[in-house]
Amino acid sequence: MTLKQTPLNAAHRAMGAKMVDFGGWDMPVNYGSQIDEHHQVRNDCGMFDVCHMRVVDAKGEGIRAFLRYLLANNADKLTLPGKALYSAMLRPDGGVIDDLIIYFMSEQWFRIVVNAGTADKDIAWMKQQATAHAPQLTITSRDDLAMVAVQGPNARAKVWQVLPQTRASTEGLQNFQAADCGEYFVARTGYTGEDGFEVMLPKEKVEEFWYALNKAGVPPIGLGARDTLRLEAGMNLYGQDMDENVGPLESGLSWTVDLKSERDFIGKTSLLANPPRSKLVGLVLLDRGVLRGHQKVHTAHGEGEITSGSFSPTLEKSIALARVPNGVQIGDQVQVTIRDKMLAAKVVKYPFARNGKSVVSG
Amino acid sequence: MSNPANFKYTASHEWVRSEADGTISIGITQHAQELLGDMVFVENPAVGRKLKAKEECAVVESVKAAADVYAPVSGEVVAVNSELDSAPEAINVDPYAAWMFRMRPDNSADVAALMDAAAYQAVVDSEAH
Repeated sequence: MTLKQTPLNAAHRAMGAKMVDFGGWDMPVNYGSQIDEHHQVRNDCGMFDVCHMRVVDAKGEGIRAFLRYLLANNADKLTLPGKALYSAMLRPDGGVIDDLIIYFMSEQWFRIVVNAGTADKDIAWMKQQATAHAPQLTITSRDDLAMVAVQGPNARAKVWQVLPQTRASTEGLQNFQAADCGEYFVARTGYTGEDGFEVMLPKEKVEEFWYALNKAGVPPIGLGARDTLRLEAGMNLYGQDMDENVGPLESGLSWTVDLKSERDFIGKTSLLANPPRSKLVGLVLLDRGVLRGHQKVHTAHGEGEITSGSFSPTLEKSIALARVPNGVQIGDQVQVTIRDKMLAAKVVKYPFARNGKSVVSG
Repeated sequence: MSNPANFKYTASHEWVRSEADGTISIGITQHAQELLGDMVFVENPAVGRKLKAKEECAVVESVKAAADVYAPVSGEVVAVNSELDSAPEAINVDPYAAWMFRMRPDNSADVAALMDAAAYQAVVDSEAH
């Protein structure tokens, strides 16, 4: 099978990236040391090729009412144009089809950004639901757009240096807010736990933008560091921390699911009928070793499993997200099976790190 | 970084250096460390453990992945490099200086029969395709 390439493929190779197959995409995993790349984002800034993610525009009268039904989070939370909302999109049985971000641009236009690996199935699902409930809407996959994430404490300043024309309309953006600046759509969102922008722009302009950022002192960051940054920030990865076989309440996403309002949404009946029996917690390994996905977690309340685990460059310890029985409490000590050994880990509240620092206590 | 000409190698990417006292030092090759990336954990076998050739006996873990390390020949573990416990990144810096453990081979002819640098390079080149 031929791997799919983003418009930055040649740039990655020119910059010395080690390329890997990431869900059918030929993507950079690192350009040198992935730990250095991680610290670079926490301490200064770096840029990520996220062109494989898909931008979807939903347009037409009644788009808000449709999203209110389609998504587990409530689109009514978006009152100010430009505001963004993170949500899960559920199956009728409560399984997670995908997690995504919606941007409220106007009552006729919401922009949606979905994961790469799920994009086609997401769009098919959205269209199917729209045909049934809101046939007047148009749902368009914006295959003409590219996306670059610039993340880190100095990220915004670097974007303004390269795109000075966007500064006036993006300087006042709060966290989780976006501005449509003509060719450039600039959102103060990201997947690292740091400040920064995600910039959507025409595909044919992305290579020039990438090199201009690099010239301004922004190094490229691979998927390796992207994963440790998001894990420290306590952000779920679709396909690992949740998928179609597990609900949002068992995936640490209760804060994104609105069960209180009278609003009906796809999956709600099932969530109310099936209270969660497990939950997602953070783990910090006390012994030497590295926590990894699928390792078994042994607790006083039964067995659980690690969904994402790695080495945290900020904490200099191994950390993980794990799905464990509901009775497990923050501060509990648990055992994790790593190869032939049982190692001790502590249950902690996550995120593990935000804005450059560890936020794990004890 | 080229593979030292006076070392021996395995297809599973360990290097073997013969010491003056008849023991051998074992580490992982440049190719292996490059594939794995930033090393964060090394687990060595216990001193005194008797190993069979090709037996899994140690683990190296990078941020990305865990990889088994195999005994290049049969023999007994006589020493481990405990400096790697606190500085596993030494393997990334200089894989041919960062030895992991030492063995006394049961049969020194087994060591002589391992691949030389040129044969190992051919293995690496063939994996690249």
